[in-house]
Amino acid sequence: MASEIAQAIAAGILGGGVYALMAAGLTLVFGVLDIINVAQGIFVVLGAYLSYVLSVHLHLDLLLGLFITVPAMFVIGVVIYWLFIRPLRGAERTSMTLLACFAVALIIEGVLYREFGSNYVSLNAWYTTASVHVFDFYLADIYLIGFGLAVVAIGALYLILYRTTFGRAVRATMQNQVAARLIGIDVNRVSALTFGIGTAVTAIGGMVYGAISGGFTPNSGYDLISRLLAIVILAGMGSIGGALVAAVFMTTAEALVDIWQPDWAVVVFYLAMVIILTFRPAGLFGRQAVRAQ
Amino acid sequence: MTSDQAGRQVAPVPAATAPATTTPATAAVIAGTRHAPRLGTRTLSALGVVVLIAVIAVFPLVFTNPTVTNFGVITLIFVAVASAWNIFSGFSGYLSLGHAVFYGTGAYFLVVAAKDWNLNGSDVFWLLPLAGAVAALIAVPLGLVALRVRRHTFVVITIALFFIAQLSASNLTVTGGSSGVLAPIPNWAAATFNNPFYYLAMLLAVAAVALSVIIRRSRFGLQLRAIRDDEDRAAGLGVRAMPVKLSALVLSAFITGMAGGLWVYFIGQAVPQFVFDPLFDLAVVLMVFFGGLGTIAGPVLGALILEPTQLYLNLVESNSYESEILFGALFLVVILFLPRGVLPTAGEWLTPGRVSRLRSDWLARRARRTANPPVPPPEGNPS
Repeated sequence: MASEIAQAIAAGILGGGVYALMAAGLTLVFGVLDIINVAQGIFVVLGAYLSYVLSVHLHLDLLLGLFITVPAMFVIGVVIYWLFIRPLRGAERTSMTLLACFAVALIIEGVLYREFGSNYVSLNAWYTTASVHVFDFYLADIYLIGFGLAVVAIGALYLILYRTTFGRAVRATMQNQVAARLIGIDVNRVSALTFGIGTAVTAIGGMVYGAISGGFTPNSGYDLISRLLAIVILAGMGSIGGALVAAVFMTTAEALVDIWQPDWAVVVFYLAMVIILTFRPAGLFGRQAVRAQ
Repeated sequence: MTSDQAGRQVAPVPAATAPATTTPATAAVIAGTRHAPRLGTRTLSALGVVVLIAVIAVFPLVFTNPTVTNFGVITLIFVAVASAWNIFSGFSGYLSLGHAVFYGTGAYFLVVAAKDWNLNGSDVFWLLPLAGAVAALIAVPLGLVALRVRRHTFVVITIALFFIAQLSASNLTVTGGSSGVLAPIPNWAAATFNNPFYYLAMLLAVAAVALSVIIRRSRFGLQLRAIRDDEDRAAGLGVRAMPVKLSALVLSAFITGMAGGLWVYFIGQAVPQFVFDPLFDLAVVLMVFFGGLGTIAGPVLGALILEPTQLYLNLVESNSYESEILFGALFLVVILFLPRGVLPTAGEWLTPGRVSRLRSDWLARRARRTANPPVPPPEGNPS
C-alpha cells in the first residue's frame, strides 16, 4: 500500500511537470493576449502526431524529433494567430477569440482524423518501455525524461521572460497593453510570438503525452484541454508559477484517487477547481480580482 | 392619416409658443413619427411569424418522407435550444458552453423515469415538463458556483461542468454507464411516426421564442441587458445581478431540459458521448452567433439554416471528419466576417435609410424630452 502511494505521488509529480509545461503555455497566452486558447489540447495532440510521423516514417528518435516539431509548432501557432486571432477586435473579442480557437481545434481534429483515422497510436522508443527501480517501485524512464524536458523548457521560458528584452516586452504587455503600446512595444509582434511560444511548448508536451498516455487519437484533445483549463483556472489565470503548482497538485491528487477509484479519478480535477472557485473566484494565485466584464 | 399630415404642418407653431406643455398635436406628431413605422414593422413581423408557423405546421403533411421529417424534428428542437441559450447567454452576455449539461440532464431524466415508472407511448410526453424542471433544479447550484466569475473564467467553468456531467454519466449506475439507457419504443404507426415529435418540438420552439420576446420586452430583460453592457454599473443602479442572472439561467435550462427529453425519446437511446456532446454546445453557439446574438429571430434563423445543413452534410459525407472540417471552417467564416450575425449585418445592408430613420427617431425623442419643437421627419409616413 505504502509503495503504491509512493509510486502514485512520484508519477503524479513527474507527470505534473508535463501538464505544467502545457498549462504554462496556455496561461502565458492568456496573460498577454487576454484570450483562452481552447485549441491548446488539440495542439498537444497535433504535436504528438508530428512526433509520430517523424519516428515512424523518418525513423527519427523522439527526442531528436523535437528539434523539428518545436519550431514547426511555433510556426503553426504564429500563422493561426495571424490569420484567425489578430483580426478579431471590438467588444465581443473575448468570446469571439475563444470560439475562433474552438473552430481551429475542430478543423485540426478533422484533418487529423482524415490523415490518421480514429485508431489509437502511441509513441515508442527504447526509453518508453524501460524503467528504473527506485526504492521498492518502478518508474518508467519516459516519466523521468518527460519531467526533465518540462523542467528545461519551463526554465527556458523563465529565462526568456525575465532575462531578455523580448521577455520584458511580453511582461509589459501582460501588465498593461495600452501602456505597452504607448512606450513603443509592437504589441502585435509580441502577441504573435507569444502565441507561437505557447503553441511550441505543446510539441514537447505532445511528445511526452503520446509516450506516457499509452495511446492517443484525434479525440484526445478534449480530455487534455479540460484538464489544462481546470489547472489554469485553479491556479488563477495568467499566473505561470501558479500553473506549475496547480498542475503538480492536480495530477498527484488524481494519481492518488486513481488507486481506489480509477473511474472517478479525473473528477478530482474538476471538483478541486469548483471548490476552490467557490471560495476564491480569482483562483489560488490570481494576479488580480476578475476584471470587469 | 390625413389628420396626422395636417397636425405635422401646424405642430411646430404651438410647441414653440408654449414650450413647457405638449399639445395634442405635438403628441400626435411624436406618436406619428415614433410609432407609425414601428407599427408597420410590427404588423409585418407578426404576419411573418404567422406565415412561418403555418409553413412549419404544414411541412410534415406535405413532405411525408421520414428522412425529411427527421430533419424537421431535430431542427425544431435546435430552434428551441438556440432560443433558450440566447435567453441566458445572448441577453446576459455570459457565454455558456455547458448547456449540454441541462440538455443531457433532461434526456437522462426522461429515459430513466420512463423505465422506472413503466411509462410507454404518448404517456412519456408527460415527463417532459418534469425533465425541464429537473434541469432547472440542476441549474441553481451550478449557477450559484459559476456565476460568481465572469468572462473567460465563466466560459471555462461551464466547460468543466460539462466534462463533470459527461464523466458522471459514463460512471454512474443509474445512467447505465457507457452503454446508456434505452428509451421506451413509441407505439404509434410507422407512417406518421415522426409527427407527434414534430408538433411537440414545434410547440417547444414556439414557446421558447415567445418566452424570448416576453423577456426581451420586460423589465427583467432590460436588467439582463444592463448586466451584459456593464455588470458593475447595473449593480450600482440597483439591479440585483445574481438573482437576475440565475433566473435567466434557470429559465434557459428548463427549456433546454425539455428539448433534451424530447430529443432522447425521439432518437431512442441515451449514451454519454451523444447526450453530452461537446459539439452540441458549439453547434448551438454557432447558430446564435450566425443569426445574431441577443436578437429574437437570430437563433431561429441560425437553427433553421445550420442544423439542416449539418444533418445533410452528415448524410452525404460518409466520413464525419469532413463535416467537422466544414463546420469549423464555417464557424471561422462567421466569426471573422459576420461577427454580429447574419441578421443584424443584413439588416444594415438592406435598409440604407435605417440610420436616418433612427436619427429622426432620436431627434423626436430628444425634442419631447427638452420640450423643444420637434423636427419634422425627413421621410414621409407611408399611409
